[in-house]
Amino acid sequence: MRDTLLQGLRPPLTETAPGADDPELAALAATVKEAADRTLGRSLAIRHVDAGSCNACELEIHALNNAFYDIERFGFRFVASPRHADVLLVTGPVTLNMREALERTYAATPAPKWVVACGACAADGGVFAGSYAVMNGVAGVVPVDLVIPGCPPSPAALMKGLLALMRGAKR
Amino acid sequence: MILILSGEAEWFEAGRRMAAGNATLVSLWGDEGRMRLCVREADGALAFVDMPCDRGAFPSIAALHPPASRLERAACDLYGYLALGAPDGRRWLDHGRWPLRHPLGDRSGHDGAGDAYAFLEARGPGLHQIPVGPVHAGIIEPGHFRFHAGGEAIVRLEERLGYKHKGVDALMRGATLERAAALAGRVSGDSTAAYAIAFARAVEGALGAEAPPRAHALRGVMAELERIANHFGDIGAICNDAAFALMLAHCGILRERTLRAAKSAFGHRLMMDAVVPGGVAVDIAPEGAAGILALVAEARATFPKLVRLYDNTASLQDRTVGTGVLKAELARTFGAGGVVGRASGRDFDARRDHPYPPYDALSFKVPTRKAGDVNARIWVRIAEVGESLELIEKMLERLPEGPIRAALPAKGAGEGWALVEAFRGDVFAHVRLADDGAVARCHLRDASWLQWPLLEAAIEGNIVADFPLCNKSFNGSYSGCDL
Repeated sequence: MRDTLLQGLRPPLTETAPGADDPELAALAATVKEAADRTLGRSLAIRHVDAGSCNACELEIHALNNAFYDIERFGFRFVASPRHADVLLVTGPVTLNMREALERTYAATPAPKWVVACGACAADGGVFAGSYAVMNGVAGVVPVDLVIPGCPPSPAALMKGLLALMRGAKR
Repeated sequence: MILILSGEAEWFEAGRRMAAGNATLVSLWGDEGRMRLCVREADGALAFVDMPCDRGAFPSIAALHPPASRLERAACDLYGYLALGAPDGRRWLDHGRWPLRHPLGDRSGHDGAGDAYAFLEARGPGLHQIPVGPVHAGIIEPGHFRFHAGGEAIVRLEERLGYKHKGVDALMRGATLERAAALAGRVSGDSTAAYAIAFARAVEGALGAEAPPRAHALRGVMAELERIANHFGDIGAICNDAAFALMLAHCGILRERTLRAAKSAFGHRLMMDAVVPGGVAVDIAPEGAAGILALVAEARATFPKLVRLYDNTASLQDRTVGTGVLKAELARTFGAGGVVGRASGRDFDARRDHPYPPYDALSFKVPTRKAGDVNARIWVRIAEVGESLELIEKMLERLPEGPIRAALPAKGAGEGWALVEAFRGDVFAHVRLADDGAVARCHLRDASWLQWPLLEAAIEGNIVADFPLCNKSFNGSYSGCDL
């Protein structure tokens, strides 16, 4: 039984790394500060902040850790505290009820830091734009370095976006 | 049979029937100038009661039947009604952060400064508080948990939710059916298919329309794919919260394969926007059925091994057996649906007890357990996966030919409701359409409304370190309740 179970996890499940062939993502990543290379080396610590998503984005972020995407092999790590983070991965349109929590999480993250807006809601409010209860996107609350579109973004899109961010940060 | 009643006597009577255990709360919500209540009678029939709020007030149902409390507080926040005699007058969804009060009522201005919130206290020697959230340590939705603990033992847990409130009810008002369906599908993303089905069925009920047989079957396939995807994810995640990562790794593979099968069959991993009023928006792809059947075969080959691994790992069982016990009586009083209710002996499943197509023509078991602990909630999920795999196979086997979408009457006022079994329990949808065919009021009640309060009870006396385990075994939706 033990062998069967371990066998199930061996390659070839793992997807090959996506290339940085998307000019849009590359351009976005280029805006990231150059100083990061020296500071960060080859790893990025990500703190996820749900600022009012419908929870679909969370499901796909979770998928990044499964055996198919296994994002830790690229040096990405999800961390429990903003104090340990280089990147805030923010989902949701930023509800007014979460606004202060997001601001305080950003303030608690040491510089240099990057903010990735994950999904259509984080980009501009998505289907919830215009509501009395939301901010219409992350950029209205904290500075955004990269937007990964999609409702929700697929794990492949998330991986591509995060790799572009790191390559940009390494430049 | 559906009874629709109106008036104070009926209102109190319904509250008393629930308090006496002769009826179960389905939902309580506000509408223009009135409060509305839906209860499930002992014989399974639904009864609707309207209570006019002529002077902006209504007699509290929570005063008679506590499970109604959070729904009542939410309705008061949105409409500005006063619940007379309510046991808990604190605001629920409204944290004081909006530029207005009562967004569905008088929309009076507010400075957005944020309200103080008086948490319930527990006093005694050595008791201390542990505030957790709204930003948690994992990849998880935001909510605040206030623990009172004596050493490691939890004396009281109080939840404060509402952080994800996006104003869905207000966005629904005046929305076209197309936009409203998209919103309904984003109330709780993990249940997007179930929500879209519930909304579509409520609209079809309001308009007297019927989706074609093929659409019903495809909706069923989507709903069951969604159920097994979430159950795989939950079983793995619960074990992971007991530091048994191997189960998460394997269940994660099954979950990913399920989402990939959904993507090839219906074009979207979570099947968002695939169900629309009148039918479904996408037909199953030519190779879709084969892909799904391959998934069913793989799940049948590997899942039993994982179940054996779970069952034979003493260190894991040590964490789940006897942990977070939800008493059967509480589950019944609250009318807790889904896995949470069924693991505590509440034998209810909307697919069987309020049958709707395609389930009305299918036979399947509704697994229940009596223990009410984390272990029982895992086993109910395990058994449900087996039932769903069979259902998927049967539905694909006898997939009817024909159109996938029926034209809806262009205009028409009306009201409709639906009760649809999502993976975490019954989703109740009630839709009131205006003359021009737009949505006048749409109320969507997630199963979590009646499960979250029970987590507070189940966790009492457990150690703080077991909270993630208990919380994950309930897996309440934050977004689904915050709306």
